[in-house]
Amino acid sequence: MSYRVSLQGRSLVFRDLKTLLARASPLRAADELAGIAAESAEERALAQWALAEVPLRRFLEEPLIPPEQDEVTRLILDRHDAAAFAPVSGLTVGEFRDWLLRETDGERLAGLARGLTPEMVAAVSKLMRNQDLIAVARRIRVVSRFRNTLGLPGRLSTRLQPNHPTDDPRGIAAAVLDGLLLGSGDAVIGINPATDNLDNVHALLSLLDELIQRHAIPTQSCVLCHVTTSLELMRRGSPVDLVFQSIAGTEAANRSFGVDLAMLREAHDMARELRRGTVGEQVMYFETGQGSALSANAHHGVDAQTCETRAYAVAREFAPLLVNTVVGFIGPEYLYDGKQITRAGLEDHFCGKLLGLPMGVDVCYTNHAEADQNDMDDLLTLLGVAGCNYVMGIPGADDVMLAYQSTSFHDALYLREVLGLRPAPEFEDWLNRMGIFNGRNALAGEGRNVPLLADLTGLAGGSA
Amino acid sequence: MSAEAWEALRRSTQARIALGRAGHALPTDAVLDFQLAHARARDAIHRSWDIASFASSVAARGWVPVIASTPVTSRVEYLKRPDLGRRLTDDSEQRLRSCHDPAIDVALIVTNGLSSTAMDRHGLPLLDAIVAALAAEGLGCGPICLVGNGRVALSDPVGAALGARIAVMVVGERPGLSADDSLGIYLTYAPGPGNTDAERNCISNVRPPAGLSYAAAARKLAYLARQALILKLSGVGLKDDEPGFALPKP
Repeated sequence: MSYRVSLQGRSLVFRDLKTLLARASPLRAADELAGIAAESAEERALAQWALAEVPLRRFLEEPLIPPEQDEVTRLILDRHDAAAFAPVSGLTVGEFRDWLLRETDGERLAGLARGLTPEMVAAVSKLMRNQDLIAVARRIRVVSRFRNTLGLPGRLSTRLQPNHPTDDPRGIAAAVLDGLLLGSGDAVIGINPATDNLDNVHALLSLLDELIQRHAIPTQSCVLCHVTTSLELMRRGSPVDLVFQSIAGTEAANRSFGVDLAMLREAHDMARELRRGTVGEQVMYFETGQGSALSANAHHGVDAQTCETRAYAVAREFAPLLVNTVVGFIGPEYLYDGKQITRAGLEDHFCGKLLGLPMGVDVCYTNHAEADQNDMDDLLTLLGVAGCNYVMGIPGADDVMLAYQSTSFHDALYLREVLGLRPAPEFEDWLNRMGIFNGRNALAGEGRNVPLLADLTGLAGGSA
Repeated sequence: MSAEAWEALRRSTQARIALGRAGHALPTDAVLDFQLAHARARDAIHRSWDIASFASSVAARGWVPVIASTPVTSRVEYLKRPDLGRRLTDDSEQRLRSCHDPAIDVALIVTNGLSSTAMDRHGLPLLDAIVAALAAEGLGCGPICLVGNGRVALSDPVGAALGARIAVMVVGERPGLSADDSLGIYLTYAPGPGNTDAERNCISNVRPPAGLSYAAAARKLAYLARQALILKLSGVGLKDDEPGFALPKP
């Protein structure tokens, strides 16, 4: 079916729904690279008018990628909950934006999640300004639990990311302790391994497990290896808290990552069987990012932001503890500059939350993008206001293994201070008990007696 | 904990640990150090590459340079349109076809890629080592193809136009904060349309003295080239199992 708009003497026709969505999408390099972006600012603005007129129901009638070709489409249609959809089922996309901005009850917004498809959510986000994306996301809290409680109001958590170019255990331990001493690590202590080698990943899992046990840290660990590696390690009895996987919004893109829904289901079930959580059993950790389907040449002509939102349908099937959009990692041919990265980060956070996911954002960029640490400060602050569940904590914001820049332990302290955001409650108690925090949501002063320092001294091979 | 102990820990990783703080924030030294590293990386990416001067140096060594072009017209376009960096202009394709020679075993391609700094610092000495190592294997190189703003997959049209059995590309790698001058080397057996990156072998982080040396990189490349010709493939099917050779620890 084609879509038309006539306005102030200009008429345009869009061939189908996915074309309309692509033309209406705020400008980004990925859609230009794919050759599906609007050709002018005016075409984009007119497409947004046309999109505003589309009934939400239309997204159930016109799948962007045919269900017979794509298991993600089948999942989206199978799981659609008509009762949850009822409050907005008579609305157009434009009316839905107004409805979202009027609806200040977070519970009612959250109750909508199962009634919405990713395409509806992506569509409405294209009509929303940055402040709209922030205001609505802020009202929705998605709480998740494993060894602590993440996502409560007024809380901000961090993934401690202690990567090392050769997975050297001593170097990784040093970065973990540095982060813990700066109050980081309640979302997860998560290592990107330099290699997926089984013994290597097992050694890293054991290192983190031992540290968490020894100091009774109310957090969880993860080594971000491929799901098949985690499956094998669980069979061998490795201490796997969370199963990690990168996912995307089409079956073909997921295949390029070497995964499908059945494999994720198997890993999810196996990890839950281990019963390693204490306050909950949400065991999955997913990462996503706009442009991944295009980079796998598996986007079916669907725009990058809509593909990304479809990945959230995959994620929510497995009730994850953490979802993280690694927003600026992919490079400037997908998100060119700070403006595009900022917009994408806010879109992903909003869309994920509205679909019921515990969203974190890796606020980040590569050196060939037109961005710098000031852009990261801006997006970090916006996400703090928007109620983001967690951000990354990386020594000095410089990931020496993955060669990109993100947010530092210090950046999280900044956000805590300016917005009064506290760590997850169990972790905050631990930080206070350990003498790392001062009981007032800030680092204790110098000269404190912190038991963790003994670990550091041991690592350094000296005496305190 | 003592300053010496922190120093010992700092040596265990290149990560920016134990930076101290000013209130909640990074101290001035840490901020300025980060910004200097980022500035160098940015400059390496955006600096243009003086290809004519590089070509003179190549000619001065007694080799034959051939300058070719991609359709890319600016650094910004190069960054946004990786597809254009993988193609030759029609003119360049013609020029390379005129050099087509069945005696060419290896098409050597040189491009600044994402770091002109890396190519200016390490390009010529690395080529010295590569040409010598390939000659020692009895492999003929033909002209050296110099291209500005190329991507790795440009190996395919260049190699095919020259009629080479193997394409070897030397390319400036994406600068990180800790290194703005790394070169990478990519080897493709039977360069031509339809090859994917899974069909290439990569030798990365060539930047002595901190990274791989020219000689070690060239020796590794010559080994892979010989194996590729024996096995008639490259990429994931061609494992680097050279006996008695270990990469130095970074």
